[in-house]
Amino acid sequence: MQALFEPLTILIAEDSAADRMLLSTIVRRQGHEVLTAANGAEAVKAFRQQRPQLVLMDAMMPVMDGFEAARQIKVLAGETLVPIIFLTSLTESEALARCLEAGGDDFLAKPYNQVILGAKIKAMDRLRRLQATVLQQRDQIAKHHEYLLNEQRVAKAVFDKVAHSGCLSAPNIRYLQSPYALFNGDLLLAAFTPAGDMHVLLGDFTGHGLPAAVGAMPLAEVFYGMTAKGYGLSETLREMNAKLKRILPVDMFCCATMLCLSFQRRSVEVWNGGMPDGYLHSIASGERTPLTARHLPLGVLSPQSFVDRTEVFPMAVGDRVFLLSDGVIDTCDANEQLFGVERLQQVFAANRQPDELFEEIEQALRDFRGEARDDVSMVEVSLLEAAQLSPPAPVYSDSGQSCPLDWSVSFEFRAATLKRFNPLPYLLQLLLEVHGLRAQSGALYSVLAELYSNALEHGVLGLDSALKRDASGFTRYYQQRNTRLDALQDGFVRVHLQVTPKGEGGCLIVRVEDSGKGFDVARVMEQPVDGVRLSGRGLSLIRQLGRNASWSDDGRSARVEFFWEALA
Amino acid sequence: MPVVTEVSQDGQKLTISVKGRFDFAKHQEFRESYENLSPKPESFEVDLKDATYLDSSALGMLLLLRDHAGGENAEITLTNANADVRKILAISNFEQIFDVA
Repeated sequence: MQALFEPLTILIAEDSAADRMLLSTIVRRQGHEVLTAANGAEAVKAFRQQRPQLVLMDAMMPVMDGFEAARQIKVLAGETLVPIIFLTSLTESEALARCLEAGGDDFLAKPYNQVILGAKIKAMDRLRRLQATVLQQRDQIAKHHEYLLNEQRVAKAVFDKVAHSGCLSAPNIRYLQSPYALFNGDLLLAAFTPAGDMHVLLGDFTGHGLPAAVGAMPLAEVFYGMTAKGYGLSETLREMNAKLKRILPVDMFCCATMLCLSFQRRSVEVWNGGMPDGYLHSIASGERTPLTARHLPLGVLSPQSFVDRTEVFPMAVGDRVFLLSDGVIDTCDANEQLFGVERLQQVFAANRQPDELFEEIEQALRDFRGEARDDVSMVEVSLLEAAQLSPPAPVYSDSGQSCPLDWSVSFEFRAATLKRFNPLPYLLQLLLEVHGLRAQSGALYSVLAELYSNALEHGVLGLDSALKRDASGFTRYYQQRNTRLDALQDGFVRVHLQVTPKGEGGCLIVRVEDSGKGFDVARVMEQPVDGVRLSGRGLSLIRQLGRNASWSDDGRSARVEFFWEALA
Repeated sequence: MPVVTEVSQDGQKLTISVKGRFDFAKHQEFRESYENLSPKPESFEVDLKDATYLDSSALGMLLLLRDHAGGENAEITLTNANADVRKILAISNFEQIFDVA
């Protein structure tokens, strides 16, 4: 399609006045504006002043010849294409080639042929426009790219505020992530629970770029919100799945591994949906237990079909959990071979200094591929002594003027509720309305959690804590817990809370009863209060953290007190 | 053609064969292979015999097909996957919602 005729300004550089006149007449008759110059120097000057769009240039001229003038005009024109057509009586091919080498775009042999001259001007004009379009589009793309980068910077800054509000800087966490991992869909979150446990999530959304990043924000909000309120993995995962299922398009989902590291119980609870195997590294035995994906990714199943079943593994102080994104094992070499799990395990096997594992994996990926990928995420969380970590004190914004100080409440949670509902966050929230208890919220939550899980697991479900003596029994214990909970028909856990003012301070009495068979209180109480054995840790913890812990009704009823003094 | 379709004689079953890398580049073709079929087939087979690789956007495409075919009631079989592809289906636990044969 021919664009509407647009007259050009054409510079004619020709030392012969007669030829100049002739050419000017032809070109004007074709509808263009004409500028003239009698030698190369004049031509350059005219170009500098009036920027013609096309030049007809005689090769042989006094003062400055056409070759030099062409070179200078091309430099002045920069990226803009100013076509130069050489006018020449030269016929040797070498001389004609020189015209093009000097920057000429075409040549026209003397004597001039009107038709050919007109056609050449048109052809050169097309080229000129094409070049202008290309430049314009290039600049547009560059501008869009700059906008995009800026948008990503802003999105990332906002997201970092949310994502890094957790405890990724805790001394037991090491991680490696590209600064723009968010735009590869990779997501790493960590936060302390009110009981001082640590929740960690490594996620990987489908796709790349902004679409991969949009789901990260709601996921992080649920993660931090529910972790801070004391919800466990199952409830948090259910909520994340439901939220993602609701907001994401069908073909988008998030592979994720979520951990709950309990420093007091020395165990890790794991849920893996669609992520590569993570590994639990036992330092004492050197063994690496794979943490395999048992579930579909988040955001695939409906809330009704979602499976929140977790696995629990015992850990010793110093043991590490290692998680990685598929960027590691899916790294391809030049022949499209995958790095794969076997090569990763070779790196594990060759590793001598646990602290150098990340670097060794990165090095292995570089050796394999020749360059680093930008979507490799790794995180390693180690189990420390509970005392080595200091979870941040929760921040409360209310004034305390309406703090309740004299009340009691009783709950009975029955079988159908026990199966799926975790009452602890509600109980804790209720109790933390009492300002005097806030300073010991961690201990309070830990004790409540232990009392509740004792009542549920040993009482209602009749599980034997002696099973947890060794690692394999530990796993069996949690398998049985899941099976029995699924099959549960009746039974109850009752929780009674009583808050009474005492002078300037006050007292909380917690009583938890269950429908189970009870236990031999005297025999269990004889055991020393320690924190080393895997089994029975719950009771030690309750006795250490609460006051006047006692059991009655053959162990079916537990009672613990908490006191507080006047608030400063 | 990297995505080839075949409808059974009675029109009840659609077989979609994917060749080469099954990734975002096949998005359009894969979608078009099952949309706008009338009557809508009862069951679907995705033949992965010649699929060399499958990435997470391909998993997303399978979810779209599942949604189209009736969500939780969809009848979809994934057949002839090679070892690499099988591994990806296993890690993502897609075996729980697709019949992998």
